[in-house]
Amino acid sequence: MVRPVQPLNPVLVVLAAAAALFFVLPLAGLVARTPWASALGILSDPQVQLALRLSVICSLASTGLAIVLGVPLAWVLARLRFPGRSLLRGLTTLPMVLPPVVGGVALLLAFGRRGLLGAPIAGATGLSLPFTTPGVIVAESFVAMPFLVIAVEAGLRSMDVRFEEAARTLGAGRWTVFRRVTLPLIGPSLAAGAVLAWSRALGEFGATITFAGNFPGTTQTAPLAIYIDLESGQLPSAVILSLLLVVVSLAVLVALRGRYLGED
Amino acid sequence: MVPGRVPVLVSATVALLLAGCGGVAAQPAASSTPQVSGSLTVLAAASLTQAFTKIGDQVHAKYPGVDIRFSFAGSPTLVTQIQQGAPGDIFASADQANMQKVVTGGLALTAPAVFAHNKLEIAVQSGNPRHITSVSDLANPSLKVDVCAPGVPCGTYSTTVFGRAGIRVTPVSQEQDVKSVLTKVGLGEADAGIVYATDVKSAGGQVQGVAIPDDQNVTAEYPIVELKTTQSEPAAKTFVDYVLGAQGQKVLADFGFLPKATS
Repeated sequence: MVRPVQPLNPVLVVLAAAAALFFVLPLAGLVARTPWASALGILSDPQVQLALRLSVICSLASTGLAIVLGVPLAWVLARLRFPGRSLLRGLTTLPMVLPPVVGGVALLLAFGRRGLLGAPIAGATGLSLPFTTPGVIVAESFVAMPFLVIAVEAGLRSMDVRFEEAARTLGAGRWTVFRRVTLPLIGPSLAAGAVLAWSRALGEFGATITFAGNFPGTTQTAPLAIYIDLESGQLPSAVILSLLLVVVSLAVLVALRGRYLGED
Repeated sequence: MVPGRVPVLVSATVALLLAGCGGVAAQPAASSTPQVSGSLTVLAAASLTQAFTKIGDQVHAKYPGVDIRFSFAGSPTLVTQIQQGAPGDIFASADQANMQKVVTGGLALTAPAVFAHNKLEIAVQSGNPRHITSVSDLANPSLKVDVCAPGVPCGTYSTTVFGRAGIRVTPVSQEQDVKSVLTKVGLGEADAGIVYATDVKSAGGQVQGVAIPDDQNVTAEYPIVELKTTQSEPAAKTFVDYVLGAQGQKVLADFGFLPKATS
C-alpha cells in the first residue's frame, strides 16, 4: 500500500525523539550496568532458578485461569444487554489502573484467612491462599485477566454476528456455535489478550508480595526476587533478572504488534 | 497586570527562594534563638515510623525554618537508595551492618552515633488464640510464622533468636520490612511474627506481644548519621542532636525504645 508522504513536522519529531529516549534510556541504564561476565553464574543460582521457574508456572497458570473465566466474562459484556453492564465492565477492568498493592490488600480482605470468602473456607477446610503458590496465581490473575477481557470483548464486538446466526439457522446448538464459529473468529483477539495477560502476570509484583507474601520456592517470583536482591544489596543479580524480564516482555510485545495489529 | 505589583511579586519570589535555599542562610544553632532552616529528607528504618514522625513534628515546632520529610523503609532498601544517589540528609538504620555499608561507601558525613536500642518480641493476634508463650512454640509446623527477609535487620535478628532458642523455623514469608510482618499478623494471615517490641506497642490493640527472654533476645542498635549529600548541614545536625538529646530520647522512650546508652 502506498501511503501519502507526510510533511515533516520538526517539533513533533523532536518531541517524539524525547519520548523515545525517555523509554530507551532506563533500559540503556540497565544494559550498561549488566555484569555480563557473571550472568551465567547468576542465572544458574538455585534461588534465581526457583524464582524463574515459579514465575513461568504461575504466569502460565494465571493466563489459563484468565482464559477460562475471562472469555465468558468478555462474552457477557459484549453480547448481553443488562442494567449495570458499564459498571460491571468498570469493576472487572479496575485492576488495570488500580495500584497493585491495593489489589493485594483487597484480595487479603476477600480471600485471606479472615477475609469475606476466605474465612468460611478456612473454617471448613483449614486451607487459605496467602503464602501459597495458588495465592500467587490468584494475585496474578486478578491483575492480568482484565487485559484478556478487554481484548476478547473488542474482538467479539468487531466480529460479524451473521456467521453465528447462519450457523444457528443451519441447526448448530448454542455451544457448538460458540466453539466452532465464535472462538475461531475471535482467535487473534484471544491470542493477543492471552499474551498481554501473560506478560502482565509475569511482571506482577505489588499484588503478589502483598497477598501471597515472599518465600523462595513458594511465592517468590522473579519480580519479587529482583526486589529482595535490591534490598540486600545484590545489584548484579537484580540487574540480570530485570534484563531477562525486559527481553522476554519486549520480544512478546514486538511479536504481538507484528502479528495481530497488522503492522508491516 | 498592574505594573506597580511586579516588585512585590519579585520580592515575594526572592523571599521564597531564600527560604527554600535552607542551609545557606542558617546560623549555628544558638540555644536561645533557633534560626536554623532548611528542608531535610530523613531516610529511616521502618520501625522508627511513629517515633520519628513525632520527633519531626517537635523539631519543626521548635525550628519552624526546618522542614522535614521522612522516607521509611527497610534499612537495606534505604542503603540501596543512598548508594544509588538518592538525595537524603540523614540516615537512621535499625542495625550496624547496614550503617557500615553507608560508612564504608564513603557516603557518611559524620561518624554514626547510636541513638536507641530495641528488643524483639513475638507478635501474635490479639487474645493469643494459638497460645504462643515462647520462642520454641514457633517450631510447631502448623503455625504460620512470618519474619523479615534476610538482610533486613529484623530478619537477621530473627535468625539469631531462633538460633539461640535452638529451634528451626520455616517461615511462611520473608517480608521487606518489619511493618509488613506486623500487618500480616494483625490481619490474621500469620499466627506469629518476630518484630520489635516497639512495633507491638505502636500497633495498639491490633496485635499482642509475647516477650522473648533476654538470653534468647537480641538488642538492636540504632545508629544515625548525616549524609554527604546533605544540602542543609546545620539543619541536619540540629535534627541529629535533637534525636540524641533529652527531648528526642523522651519521645523514643515513649514509643518503647531503650535509651542510647545501655546500662
